[in-house]
Amino acid sequence: MSVKIEVNGTVHDIDGDPSMPLLYALRDKIGLRGAKFGCGLGQCGACTVLVDGRAVFSCITPITALEGRSVITTEGLLEDGKPNRVQQAFIDEQAAQCGYCIAGMVMRAQHLLNENPDPTDDEILAGMQANLCRCGTHAAIIRAVKLAARA
Amino acid sequence: MENSPKLSRRAFLKGTGGLIVTFSILGKVVSAQEAGRDIKTRTLKSVEDGVVDSYLAIDKDGMVTVFSGKIDFGTGVRTGLAQIAAEELYVPLENVTVTEGDTSLTPDQGPTYGSLSIQEAGLNLRLAAATAREALLSAAAERMNAAKEKLTISGGVIKAQGESLGYGELVSEKRLSLDVNKDVRLKDPADYTIVGQSITRRGLPGKITGDFVYMQDLRVPNMAYGVVVRPPAIEATLEEVDEDSIAHLTDVVKIIRKGNFLGIVTESEWSAVRAGREIKATWSTTESLPEQSRLWEHVRNTNIVKDDVTSDIGNVDSALENPDRTLKATYDFALHTHGSIGPSCSIADFSGGKLVNWSSSQATHRLRRELAEMFSLAEEDVRCIYLEGAGCYGRNGHEDAAADASLLSREVRRPVRVQWMRHDEHGWDPKGPPTLIDLQAGIDDQNQVSAWKSTFFIPQGAGGRVGLLPASLSGLPTTAELNPGGITNDSAIPYQFPNVRTLCHRLETTPLRPSWIRSPGRMQNTFANEAFLDEIAAELGVDPIEYRRQRLEASDSRGHEVLDRLEILAKWENRPSPKQDSGDRMLVGRGVAYVKYELKRTYVGAVAEVEVDRYSGKIHVKRFFVTHDCGQIINPASVRAQIEGNIIQTTSRTLMEEVTFDREMVTSLDWATYPILRFKDVPEVVIELIGRPEEVPWGVGEPAAAIVSACISNAVFDATGTRLRSVPFKPEKVRRALKRKYEYK
Repeated sequence: MSVKIEVNGTVHDIDGDPSMPLLYALRDKIGLRGAKFGCGLGQCGACTVLVDGRAVFSCITPITALEGRSVITTEGLLEDGKPNRVQQAFIDEQAAQCGYCIAGMVMRAQHLLNENPDPTDDEILAGMQANLCRCGTHAAIIRAVKLAARA
Repeated sequence: MENSPKLSRRAFLKGTGGLIVTFSILGKVVSAQEAGRDIKTRTLKSVEDGVVDSYLAIDKDGMVTVFSGKIDFGTGVRTGLAQIAAEELYVPLENVTVTEGDTSLTPDQGPTYGSLSIQEAGLNLRLAAATAREALLSAAAERMNAAKEKLTISGGVIKAQGESLGYGELVSEKRLSLDVNKDVRLKDPADYTIVGQSITRRGLPGKITGDFVYMQDLRVPNMAYGVVVRPPAIEATLEEVDEDSIAHLTDVVKIIRKGNFLGIVTESEWSAVRAGREIKATWSTTESLPEQSRLWEHVRNTNIVKDDVTSDIGNVDSALENPDRTLKATYDFALHTHGSIGPSCSIADFSGGKLVNWSSSQATHRLRRELAEMFSLAEEDVRCIYLEGAGCYGRNGHEDAAADASLLSREVRRPVRVQWMRHDEHGWDPKGPPTLIDLQAGIDDQNQVSAWKSTFFIPQGAGGRVGLLPASLSGLPTTAELNPGGITNDSAIPYQFPNVRTLCHRLETTPLRPSWIRSPGRMQNTFANEAFLDEIAAELGVDPIEYRRQRLEASDSRGHEVLDRLEILAKWENRPSPKQDSGDRMLVGRGVAYVKYELKRTYVGAVAEVEVDRYSGKIHVKRFFVTHDCGQIINPASVRAQIEGNIIQTTSRTLMEEVTFDREMVTSLDWATYPILRFKDVPEVVIELIGRPEEVPWGVGEPAAAIVSACISNAVFDATGTRLRSVPFKPEKVRRALKRKYEYK
């Protein structure tokens, strides 16, 4: 079957098994690298992307659920090829060690700030709660989200 | 799309022009084209430490390439090494490229572990770079007919009066082959402009924008996708595979069955995932693991193969014969998994009797030997290339995935990419072994500790080969030994008592294959030692920082400074623990811990502030204060990031983490059954770096992890009067301990 999905502003015809999660379409069919395979279970958030503005786990979202929807990955946040405000805040705070989780974190933070441009500290923690980091860069990520909110 | 393997060589080729001049006593000169021509040809010979071409080359454009056997997985080693080379060579940082962990290009400097990359490889590189600089100065002096000491260098250009020569010009005509001069003149740290600066870690921006190429992103031409199906038990036999069970998948290339190894190769990644889930296989299984509820009894009764006495002062046994008082306690620390956020991934291209493998192994040179053994190949017919993956903090599944990909590639005669699933990583990566520690102290009638005695029950082995899982499963050769890391480290203590004996019983076996996980042994041993020292201080009614100062050697001024500064940083209130029970539901306390890593390098002191819910038993670690002396600091931002990461990661390990298993197999196979810390529970980390530019740099990747468990335990004791001696400090365990305390009262 074929599904039309808009990814970072471009409409793609995705052919494949209807049960295939969006993550595999993004990585293997479209060639994006930002969204990562972490668990395949919707537990870690390394695959987080925005679908119609909302943060979703792309590893458990089948492509059939996405006909006509708009997907944004960290690559799609770039503005004129440059990091957007959230991405730049992560860079400024050096908020990544291995960085495997970080594109998902950026998308989670983008969603949080889209919904709530001026979050309190507790709202930031709650907003980021769904995503796991193993390197312990949480504190740097929190600083980055605060910086992005203030900038 | 393809993220071509050339990307991994681009760093090597970038800006190198026609010819790379290497510095080598072997006189081996290889052009960039030659080095990159055929990935299956061994090019630059790996050479022993001590030969400059192991470390760096300068090309005719004056660009510098550092060849590093040590690899960077985001910790900042790549950037730190570049800073060190640029500093000694007086070249702009951007002129230095670092090539890591490619067995055809980089020297074998041993695995990247033990917080040694900057401490050892960095120091070697500094000597190599200084040797190169001095040689270039001598060459310039000759060419310009000037006195060497009158020359100046700036931006890779050597100047005499009115004349200048770039490094590139100096090496374009004449080959320089140099031995590292261990006594070479080093740049005065007072003149540093690059070392000591908080340079952004290389690769970091691309990780955030999605541009960075991880191992998991690599694609090579004609590549197929492999998946492995692991047995449902540690000891299992594959009886039958129903190949028709995946007949509905249209792009299966081959089902590969070798002994107990089962793998499937497909044309697409999603098909591989489905094939792994949907294939029907029948296994017979054996119960080979102890009952988890009786784990510590099992550990205590495991056969001892040898004893390592790590310190023996005075006569502990006679001192403990008849003390005024005796303190005794047993500590334990659960099995942990590495918990990489991205499961292991590897690509192998095995054809024509030669094997090229891309992986995120911390030890590509060792992996080469292991793969050569597994497939009965000559070492020079195997090339292992490192690419960053998800952080592994030790020997996780990377090497096993590399062997999986190699085996599958051999069978289908095509490059194969293997991506482990979450349950593969949680279930089959080697584990941090269970650690059991008995401690005893004798206190005399003068209220002084007369003896300290500790006994560690820990598996045998050190930091060698762990063995390749698919080799074991398929019956191919592999040297599988118990290698949990250097886990006797920090079993001895930095404190002075008249009689001390620290003894490690090395056990014949341990449940589940062990390996090293960040701060192996040092973390568990420091937990027991620093918490038990706190027990003593409480027994004696002495403030715990004050007690550490009293027992620390007076001449260890750096240790004392770490504690002194910590006291100020944490606004420490001088009093014994525990504090008086407020009667409130939420109990607040603070605890201290200290380590001189391996008793010979990086110093860390820390204070934790915790809040304990008396009813639920939940611990919230609010804040950590850390003072840290690692000698010379190459990159303060990287050092701070390492400390912060160590504290947060180990808070997770201390409060929550425990591998669970039944009699057959690991049962904590995902993040629901093996939860780790999430944002709401992350402590604030306040850091004070003690910079010592004139000293040698010591490791920072592990030491701050060692103090975390004891620090939290001591803070909980301060808050509640209850001593937690069993990691993890899960709420139910804390609740039980608190209940016991109140019942005994």
